[in-house]
Amino acid sequence: MLEKALKGGPRYWVWILFLLSVIGVGFLAYLYQFKNGLGITGMSRDVSWGLYIGQFTFLVGVAASGVMVVLPYYLHNYKKFGRITVLGEFLAISAVIMCMLFIFVDMGQPLRVLNVILHPTPNSVMFFDMLVLSGYLVLNVLVGWTVLGAERKEVSYPKWVKPFVYLSIAWAPSIHTVTAFLYAGLPGRHFWLSAIMAARFLASAFAAGPALLILLAMIVRKYTKFDPGKEAIQALGKIVTYFMITNVFFLGLEFFTAFYSQIPGHMSSFIYLYSGYGEHAKLVPVMWLSSILAVVALSMLIFPQIRANERLLAFACASTFLSLWIDKGFGLIVGGFVPNPFERITEYWPTLPETLIALAVWAIGLLVLTVLYKIAVTIKEEAVFDKYGESQVKVE
Amino acid sequence: MSIKRREFLKLAGISTVLGFGGVSAVTGLRRTLEASEVMPNPEALVAKKWGMVVDMSKFKTEEDYQRCIDACNHVHNVPSIDNPKKEIKWIWEEHYENAFPGNEAPYLSEKIKELPFLVLCNHCTNPPCVRVCPTKATFKRKSDGIVMMDMHRCIGCRFCMAACPYGARSFNWEDPRPFIKKEQGNYPNPEFPTRTKGVVEKCTFCYERLAKGLKPACVEASKGALLFGDLEDPNSEVRQVLGSRYSFRRRPELGTQPNVYYIF
Amino acid sequence: MYNGGKILIGLLIFVGLVTFPYWDNIGKATVKPDPKVDTPEIMKLPESERKCVEATSFIKTEHMKLLNEWRDWVVRDADGVYTNAEGRKYTMSLQNTCMKCHSNKTKFCDECHNYVDVKPYCWDCHIAPKEKEI
Repeated sequence: MLEKALKGGPRYWVWILFLLSVIGVGFLAYLYQFKNGLGITGMSRDVSWGLYIGQFTFLVGVAASGVMVVLPYYLHNYKKFGRITVLGEFLAISAVIMCMLFIFVDMGQPLRVLNVILHPTPNSVMFFDMLVLSGYLVLNVLVGWTVLGAERKEVSYPKWVKPFVYLSIAWAPSIHTVTAFLYAGLPGRHFWLSAIMAARFLASAFAAGPALLILLAMIVRKYTKFDPGKEAIQALGKIVTYFMITNVFFLGLEFFTAFYSQIPGHMSSFIYLYSGYGEHAKLVPVMWLSSILAVVALSMLIFPQIRANERLLAFACASTFLSLWIDKGFGLIVGGFVPNPFERITEYWPTLPETLIALAVWAIGLLVLTVLYKIAVTIKEEAVFDKYGESQVKVE
Repeated sequence: MSIKRREFLKLAGISTVLGFGGVSAVTGLRRTLEASEVMPNPEALVAKKWGMVVDMSKFKTEEDYQRCIDACNHVHNVPSIDNPKKEIKWIWEEHYENAFPGNEAPYLSEKIKELPFLVLCNHCTNPPCVRVCPTKATFKRKSDGIVMMDMHRCIGCRFCMAACPYGARSFNWEDPRPFIKKEQGNYPNPEFPTRTKGVVEKCTFCYERLAKGLKPACVEASKGALLFGDLEDPNSEVRQVLGSRYSFRRRPELGTQPNVYYIF
Repeated sequence: MYNGGKILIGLLIFVGLVTFPYWDNIGKATVKPDPKVDTPEIMKLPESERKCVEATSFIKTEHMKLLNEWRDWVVRDADGVYTNAEGRKYTMSLQNTCMKCHSNKTKFCDECHNYVDVKPYCWDCHIAPKEKEI
C-alpha cells in the first residue's frame, strides 16, 4: 500500500519538499546540539525541561485522542465514524512518533537510550512511559494498517483485529495517564502535585486531538475526493465542546485550591504564569493568549448553530488547539519549575536552534501523517460501496 | 522465477530479525569473565547510614564556607561556570529563606536572614530522585545509604532534577572540561574523573575517599564545622550531637527523610 | 525483470556503499600497531614484576569486559579490591591503577584503538595521565 504515497500531484510534492527542507534544517541544528550539548537550548539548572518535553506532553494527548473515534465506532457501532477511524488511528501513529522523537532530542546522552531497556526500572514512571508509548504505536500500526488493507481488498477486516482494537481503547487513556504521572508524583513541584493532573491531561487531550482531527478531515475533504462525512465532523465537534468545557472547569478547580487555600507553594506558579513577579513576566502574555483563545473557542462551540457552520467550527477548533498547545505544550512545563526549590525565579524561552529542532520534529510528524493519509485516502476514494447513505465518488 | 514484492519484503524482514537475533545469542553465550574475588577496600570507612551535621555555630567567616566548597570542587573537578543558568554546584551557600522555603517569618532576626547555610545533596533515605530514574543511574547504595551517581549509565533525561525537592542536582549542559579552574594546585585532580556533557551530577558523600578511609573533602576542610558519621550508630559523633542539641532539616514534610541536619 | 534497469543500478549503488571501507583504504599505509610498554613507571619495576592485572593474552582480548565489570563493582557495589587469577590484589581503577603503569596513552592505548578505528569514550571523563616526552 506504501506505493500509493509515491503518486501525487504537484501540490502534494511541493508540500513534501517543504517538509523535507524543514527537516533538513532542523537536522543540522540537531547535529549542532549533539556536538555541543543541550546548552544550546534555553534550558537551565532551574528550568531543566522546556520546549521538547512540553511538546512531547502535548502530543501524547493528541495520540491518545485516537480513542475518541475508535471507541464509538468499534465498541458502540457508531457507524457515522466509519470513514474517520483510520484518520484518527493514523494521526495517533504520527503523534506517537513525534513524542518519541521529542524525547530523543531532549536526552543528554541519546546514544545510551537503550539503557532504559537494558536496565528496566519498574518504579520509574519514565520506564513505563516508554513501554506504553511503544505498545500504543504497535497497536495503532497493526489495527490501522490491517483495517485499511481489508478495505482495499473490499472485504471486512479479520476477526482477530477486534481484541487489539479493544486493547487500544483501554491503552489510549493509559498512555496519557502515565505521562501525567511523570509530573503528578514529584514531591517538590507543587504546581504539578495535584490529583487531577491525569484528569486534566485527558480532558485537554480529548479536546485538542479531535479538534485537530476535524481540521484534518476538512483539509482532506478539500484536497481529495474523500469525504469523512459531515455527521462525523459534527459528532467530533460535540466531543471537542464537552471536553473543552471539562478542561476549563478542571483548570478552575486548580485555581480554586491554590487561591482559596492561600498556600504560597500552590499559588506561586500560577502567579508567575498569569501575573509575573516584577520583571519576571515572560510567559504572562502567552498564558493570557491561551486563556483568551479558550474563551473564544468555548463561546463558539457551546452554540450548536455555530458548530453547524463548518467555517466557524474550523475557527473554533483552531482556537481550541492553539489554546491547549500553549497551555500544555509550554506553560504547564515551565510553570512547574518556576519558582525553583529556593523560591527564586529563572525564566525560560527556547533558543533558535531549539526551535528549529522542534519544528523539524513536527515536520517529520506531518510527513508521516501526509504519507499515511495519502495511502488511506487513495484507498478509500476507490471504495465502491456506500454504507453510510452519503454519496461516495467512484474512481473513473 | 518471480516473487511478489510483499513476499520479498517479508523475507528480508525476517532474515534481518533472525540475523540480529542470531548474532546476539552467539555473543551472549560466549565465555563470560570469571569473576575472581572482589571485595571492599579493607581501609574503607563503613556505616549503615551516612549522615552529616552542619554546625552553624562553627561557621564564622566567609572563608570558613569557601574552604569547604573549594575542597569539594577541587577534589572532584567540579567546573566553575559563571552563567547561573548552566552552573554546576555540589555544595554551596544559600540564605535561610531560600534553603528553608516555607519557614519565612516577617520578624526573623536579621542575623539569621543574612546567615549563609551550606546546602548540598541530602542523601535522603526515601529519595524521589532514585524513585524516578529510568535506568538506575542514580541509586541508593545498599551498603551505606549514599545516593550515588553512575555517570556511565545516565542518559541525561533530567527526570531526577525535576524530582529533587532540594535543587541539589546539576546537569552538564556542555563539555565541562574547559571550565575546570586552573588555580588549584593539582589541576585538574588526576585521581578523579571529570564528567562529560549530557549527564547529571551531584555530591556523592565522597564515596571514593570513604573507600580509602578518608572523610569527605568538605568535612576535612571544615575544621569541625561539618560532622560526618553513621546515623544508625548510637555512639557516633553525629548521633551524640543530634541527641543533645536542637536540629532541623530542609523540607522534612515531604517525606524524603533527608540525612543532612543543621544545628545552631 | 520488471523494472530491471532500475534494480540493477540500485544493486550496484548498494554494493558500492557496502564495500566502501575496502576500496576507500586502498593505498593507505597501515602499520601494525606497536603499543609501547616501556614507560618510566614500568621500567622502575624489576623484570619479574612487570605483569599486568591478568595475563597479557587475557587482557588483550578481555580488557574491555574487565573494565566494564570493574566499573560496575566500584560504582554500583561499593567494592574496591580485585583479586586476580594469581591471588594478587589490585585497586580497581582505570586512572589510578591501569594508567599508573601505562602512563603513555597515545603510545599504548591509542596504538591499537586507532588501528581498528574504535573510539572508546572513557577519555571523555577519565583523565589520561600527562605524558612525559621521552
